[in-house]
Amino acid sequence: MTAIDDLFSTLKAQNKKAFMPFITAGDPSLAFTGKVLTRLAELGCSMAELGIPYSDPIADGPVIQASYTRALQNKIKLSGIFQTVADLRAAGSQPLAKMPLVSMVSYAIVHRHGLEKYVDEAKASGFAGAIVPDLLVEESEPFSKVCRVREFNLIQLVTPTTPPERALRIAESSSGFLYFVSVTGITGERTQLPVDLVDRVGWLRDRSSLPICIGFGISKPEHVKLLAPVSDGLIVGSAIVRSLDQAAADESKALDSMSQLVTSLISALEN
Amino acid sequence: MGRTLVSLGPQKACRPPYHKLQKEPSMSLASEPLSTEPLSTEQSASPNVPDQQGRFGMFGGRFVPETLTRALDELVVEYNRARQDPDFQAELDDLLHRFVGRPSPLYHAARFSKQLGGAQIWLKREDLNHTGAHKINNTLGQALLTLRMKKTRVIAETGAGQHGVASATACAHFGLPCVVYMGVEDVRRQRPNVFSMRLLGAEVRPVESGSRTLRDAVNEAMRDWMASVETTHYIIGSVIGPHPFPMMVRDFQSVIGKECREQSLQSFGRLPDAVVACVGGGSNAAGMFYPFVGDRSVRLIGVEAGGRGPNAGDHASPLTFGSPGVLHGSYSYVMQDEDGQTSDVHSMSAGLDYPGVGPEHSYWKDTQRVEYTSCRDDEALAAFDFLARNEGILTALETCHAVAKAAEIAKGMSPDQHLVICLSGRGDKDAAELARLRGQEW
Repeated sequence: MTAIDDLFSTLKAQNKKAFMPFITAGDPSLAFTGKVLTRLAELGCSMAELGIPYSDPIADGPVIQASYTRALQNKIKLSGIFQTVADLRAAGSQPLAKMPLVSMVSYAIVHRHGLEKYVDEAKASGFAGAIVPDLLVEESEPFSKVCRVREFNLIQLVTPTTPPERALRIAESSSGFLYFVSVTGITGERTQLPVDLVDRVGWLRDRSSLPICIGFGISKPEHVKLLAPVSDGLIVGSAIVRSLDQAAADESKALDSMSQLVTSLISALEN
Repeated sequence: MGRTLVSLGPQKACRPPYHKLQKEPSMSLASEPLSTEPLSTEQSASPNVPDQQGRFGMFGGRFVPETLTRALDELVVEYNRARQDPDFQAELDDLLHRFVGRPSPLYHAARFSKQLGGAQIWLKREDLNHTGAHKINNTLGQALLTLRMKKTRVIAETGAGQHGVASATACAHFGLPCVVYMGVEDVRRQRPNVFSMRLLGAEVRPVESGSRTLRDAVNEAMRDWMASVETTHYIIGSVIGPHPFPMMVRDFQSVIGKECREQSLQSFGRLPDAVVACVGGGSNAAGMFYPFVGDRSVRLIGVEAGGRGPNAGDHASPLTFGSPGVLHGSYSYVMQDEDGQTSDVHSMSAGLDYPGVGPEHSYWKDTQRVEYTSCRDDEALAAFDFLARNEGILTALETCHAVAKAAEIAKGMSPDQHLVICLSGRGDKDAAELARLRGQEW
């Protein structure tokens, strides 16, 4: 059992859904990332996804791409991110200590670091799992084995273009939860979500015991209200990253604007 | 045609491929690779690659977001169907003949050869193709596939602009809308091609992110494709990207090597002793080398961009200085830092200014079938002038890298030997950039 498995069984018993914000590690500094994570935990987020900045993120839209660029311009390194998370875990507030963390990381980085070394270091610093958006199920066996042995969750993605039988295969090789991508495309906010999304998620949810969280394109309380009933949790990325993008100029203002957004989304989820 | 003549020089086939290059003092720029990864265990390169997973030995595969999987699977199916369809092949061959002007000549550069005093140098004149480079061989094939898949829009990335022009041309020919992504640094240094693309009706979208070169153009094209994959085909311009692109682009470009093989037999009665091509992503080299992979008597030499020299950030030579990693959807040699972030690279030529390379080149490197070396900016510039003044050919700056190293290699060979250079593109597009590099008026 990982912290993520525990979280979903607790939420299920309470008939609640997970709310999972995504933020970029080191945008604009690791010290600020620590403050954001602490605030997110205090606001009642169930789990947080920490994006590891990458130079060539082909799955990400302009907002997250720009935040990766800001972080890399500030020479953010993987070792620094692991250290920051470890320090937060050691000294963090009570809510933060209970909030599982997942890294969103390109396979380019995992491979260069070494599969075992990545998982060992991520786990030691306090990550419960990893989402590797460019690692397809066909190529995932070596890494998925390393994760399994170390009880570290490998969360894989299903998209609107994934055929049903393949979606089941992906669900079988994932652990922790399944990441259901709501739209065909890159990360980013949208005014509308596809109409058949609810049916697609429902179909898969009837056939897999794994919790299913929906992400990509969610930015408004209306989206949350629509998708919450069919899922086990919702992931919000670009809208949150955008709410923080002026942090370099005024940290407390950025934290306030982020808190406002997160509060409105969580309250939509709970009602 | 005498296949028996082909077997000349079996002693050369047994020679370790690096032997001759290492004896060549002027090749000293290429220092030992930094890779600490184990070499592939395969003893010799097979032409029967990739496998079903798109693997060339340990290289290649597919490292892309799940969103693209279905389109890539559909592309595999449609490409396999097309490959076995005589009508498809006939239509492509006809286009290559009447629209592109193929076969491109194999030209004996007699003055160039005499000046060097070594091997007879032959130029495979891809610069004489319609649109001025080898890129059109691939774009016509992929545009035909686009129609077969009933997709209605094409996107492409471009560095030097040659692939952009070739894509715009193929799309204009078939009436497909075309969007070309191009880094703003490349828009600046390859303006004539930007103008041509627009004349051909394509939309050129300058890319401001990252290093503003080919690598960033690939990122943007991939992002577009993520959102438009149901209606759009992405015509990748090199032997890079996720399976099946490296295989498919190689196959479309193999017309170069197939013709060259035949023309060699016709022109000098046997296969060449050496074949040299420049390598950025590696499409002209892959198309030239692939039909020779089984001909062990033929030395194959790929030339990367050595830029300003061997220091990190000064060159674009992943096969010479990089190590295996993941970039743009496949596993291959790449320039990365210790965190896996793609390193900045440099080449004066936009087409070679790329931190990765096609996975089949990585396979050929590790199986030692192809020798890879690199050539500095200044050496390539000298080769430009040499070919211009001795043969009356303005050569693309990318191609000049191959010309420079070929000249060095040819000098160490005897006049009864034959060396072929893949003259992949013409140099008109580089006139303004050459003037800028030399501080001359344009």
